[in-house]
Amino acid sequence: MTDNILFDLKSVDKRFQKGREIIQIFNGLDMQIAEGDFLAIMGPSGSGKTTLLNMLGGVDQPTGGEVWFDGSRVDTLSEGDLARWRANNIGFIFQFYNLMPMLNAARNVELPLLLTGLSGKERKERVATALELVGLSDRAGHMPNQMSGGQQQRVAIARAIVSDPKLMLCDEPTGDLDRATADEILEMLQLLNREFGKTIVMVTHDPAAAKYAERTLHLDKGEFVEKDLAA
Amino acid sequence: MSDFYLVYKNLTRKPLRFFLTLFAIFIAFLIYGTLTSFERAFNAGVELSADDRLVSVNKINFTQPLPISYARRVQSVEGIEAVVHMNWFGGYYQDPQQQVLTFAVDEENLMNVYGDDLILSDEHHAAWHQNRQGILVGRAVADLHGWSLGDRIPLNSNIFSQDDGSTVWEFDIEGIYTGSDPQVDTNGVYIHYEYFNETQSFGGDFIGWMGIKTVDPALNEQVIKAIDEMFVNSPFETETVPEKVFNKGFIEQLMDIGLIITSVVFASFFIILVIVGFSMVLSIRERTNEIGVMKTLGFQSGRIFRMVLGESMLLAFLGGGLGLLASTMFLGFLNSLPQFPVPDIILKDDIILQAVGVMIALGLITGIIPAVNALRLNIITALSRR
Repeated sequence: MTDNILFDLKSVDKRFQKGREIIQIFNGLDMQIAEGDFLAIMGPSGSGKTTLLNMLGGVDQPTGGEVWFDGSRVDTLSEGDLARWRANNIGFIFQFYNLMPMLNAARNVELPLLLTGLSGKERKERVATALELVGLSDRAGHMPNQMSGGQQQRVAIARAIVSDPKLMLCDEPTGDLDRATADEILEMLQLLNREFGKTIVMVTHDPAAAKYAERTLHLDKGEFVEKDLAA
Repeated sequence: MSDFYLVYKNLTRKPLRFFLTLFAIFIAFLIYGTLTSFERAFNAGVELSADDRLVSVNKINFTQPLPISYARRVQSVEGIEAVVHMNWFGGYYQDPQQQVLTFAVDEENLMNVYGDDLILSDEHHAAWHQNRQGILVGRAVADLHGWSLGDRIPLNSNIFSQDDGSTVWEFDIEGIYTGSDPQVDTNGVYIHYEYFNETQSFGGDFIGWMGIKTVDPALNEQVIKAIDEMFVNSPFETETVPEKVFNKGFIEQLMDIGLIITSVVFASFFIILVIVGFSMVLSIRERTNEIGVMKTLGFQSGRIFRMVLGESMLLAFLGGGLGLLASTMFLGFLNSLPQFPVPDIILKDDIILQAVGVMIALGLITGIIPAVNALRLNIITALSRR
């Protein structure tokens, strides 16, 4: 982990209107994530974990405050610019893998590369490298329904890293997996963080999963309570 | 991999649904291509009608006769190049079901009036001219019954009879004509009026109608007025109209083919619009989560909008193209049947162009709602649906 601040959230507010009721999720939240960090966010349901992850990923916007990424403000970007920013900087890993069922593993991994100007040959090379990294070179032609949950999540990881983003956002990445498979996935994330310097933010309910992170933040009612479980 | 590949894979991900919607569109365009071509073939007589030709009939009804002297009198009207008089013979060959469109005509003038449409060699024309019992037959009817030049054929009349009570006339085939255009009807046969007039037992010296060729189409109105005024207040008043008007009226008397075809085509398209539109909406709803994932990965909303619209367009073009292809093959098959009564039915370029327009409209109409839904889809909402 370096001292360079990758994400800087300044006095972030987030509220929703539900019928006549206004629900306040965050009220002046401050947060910094350093480049190369592996951060786990834990907390009870409704604490705002996923909302925070969505704001970090630019798929949800704060109601107030500022969000800075690598020295640039991102909360003021238009929808189109945000989409480009996500494509260039963020890799997403979901709980239920969210692979395209009609595409094989290689095509699924290639999907984010359609947003780059890379040639077909370059895309193919990158896909091969990403699949090799997650140990699925021999499954490139398999469809998602021909693979186990662990394999599907590894394809999802390959899809997240194929365009070489700075940040990986993981929403309960092991929530749908058995313990042994979950450990494999978490070791892979750890490897990506330690060996390849990827900054990782992971939302999880699982304390065992959080142990793989360098630090864990506990979110409760929209506020952080920091407990360094890795220490 | 390209966007087109994604469109194709999305479209074909549920093979049964893809096949059924494709089949619905296929059937609609098969109907469209075939019926529209039929309509054109039925109306070919109207489309191919020459601007410089008129038809003069009895004002009461075209089934009522006119005196034969009218033909000579009309010939003297200024602006007329040629006049041919005709009678409906009511012919059939061997069996009353096998009708033959038989006209007793003034053989001197037939080709003077209709020479632009009917192609007949001078040799055949001369042979027919010289033989009172000669008959001129169209290529289609000759092929249908296997007639050849020189054959003697019996034709029955379901209207006229001879003095001895017989309804059968015998004719020698002296000429076979073809059409100057594939859609010119060559199902008709022509016999000598004089021979017919002398041998039939009643109603002599009357004609059915007159075909008139004017010197210039610009003179049509003047000629029409002159003819009809010539016989005004006589026992046999005439009504003279351009050939196009006469043919159109004749077809409309049989049935309003245009209305029938428009109704059938409209009904079939309305049904597929509902089926395909519903199927597309359903298909996109099922993929809400995937669209959310694509947006999360960085795909722009506009690009996703184009992909969804691309799916409905691809479906419309695939189904429509196959439907038109099948229609062409079906029409080719019908045209190859010797007993098929309608002259060459062709899927013409303008029908294909119209069909392409319909495919574009179909693709847009069925795709626009799901495409807009995909465009507006909020990522958070989409990802929360599984």
